[in-house]
Amino acid sequence: MATDRLSLVFGALADPTRRAILTRLADGEATVAELAAPFAMSQPAISKHLKVLEQAGLISRNRRATARLSHLEAEPLREVTTWLARYQRFWDESHERLDDLLAALQAGEERDPGRNPATTAKGNDDEQD
Amino acid sequence: MNKTEITAEPGIPMIIITREFDAPRELVFRAHTDPELLVQWLGPRDLATAIDRYEARDGGTWRYVQTDAEGNAYGFHGVFHGDPSPDATVQTFEFEGVPGHVCLQSATFTERGGKTLMRTVSSFQSVEDRDAMVASGMERGVHDSGERLAELLARLQAS
Repeated sequence: MATDRLSLVFGALADPTRRAILTRLADGEATVAELAAPFAMSQPAISKHLKVLEQAGLISRNRRATARLSHLEAEPLREVTTWLARYQRFWDESHERLDDLLAALQAGEERDPGRNPATTAKGNDDEQD
Repeated sequence: MNKTEITAEPGIPMIIITREFDAPRELVFRAHTDPELLVQWLGPRDLATAIDRYEARDGGTWRYVQTDAEGNAYGFHGVFHGDPSPDATVQTFEFEGVPGHVCLQSATFTERGGKTLMRTVSSFQSVEDRDAMVASGMERGVHDSGERLAELLARLQAS
């Protein structure tokens, strides 16, 4: 995902009302009136939030008869979660390796305090998940 | 099981990582500052880390290069600010693929009941820097995490 689009998505997600709107839309499409109902906010104020969400590609809007329906677009949200998932995986795996190393270091110190703990742990490097 | 918690709030140029380890804090701290130990765990297993230098002292510099299975190399470097200690290990962090976008990292190690809570706060120059760093700085061939939408929405709602 291009960074500018990512910024738009994050900007749109930065507001609690807009997050609540997305959560509501996860249950199905809704009209502006339906979306405004839970908030102490006018329909034009809700419409402004919808415009921000639409610009970020998080929702799409279409007309049915006279009502304008908002619909959740899942893809940008999925890209955002993948964005963080990648980083999460980097640290998850690093920290699992650190767990193994710390365990080996502590076991090594108990068995033989004079031994170089770094050498003790190196044998575990090839271990797979 | 211990879990790595990563917090990246929308609109705020920070990333906070917390993780508990079953070890005394001096040892967890050492694993973060002793290059011989650091090289053994930093990064996923399919990424080879080679440390150029790691001078964990006030004004000391550090640099390491991570290479993936396809031979792509990613260099990172920075400077330590203040003598690193379990109470405050402060350093700058720069991805050489995008020079000039420097991040400030501060790590603390707190022991409780024989376990150590590590907390790292990374402050970026802008939200865009943070997002780009996460998106490209640690680029990994990760599988699509599938339908995480409901989970994300629940998290967004709780925050």
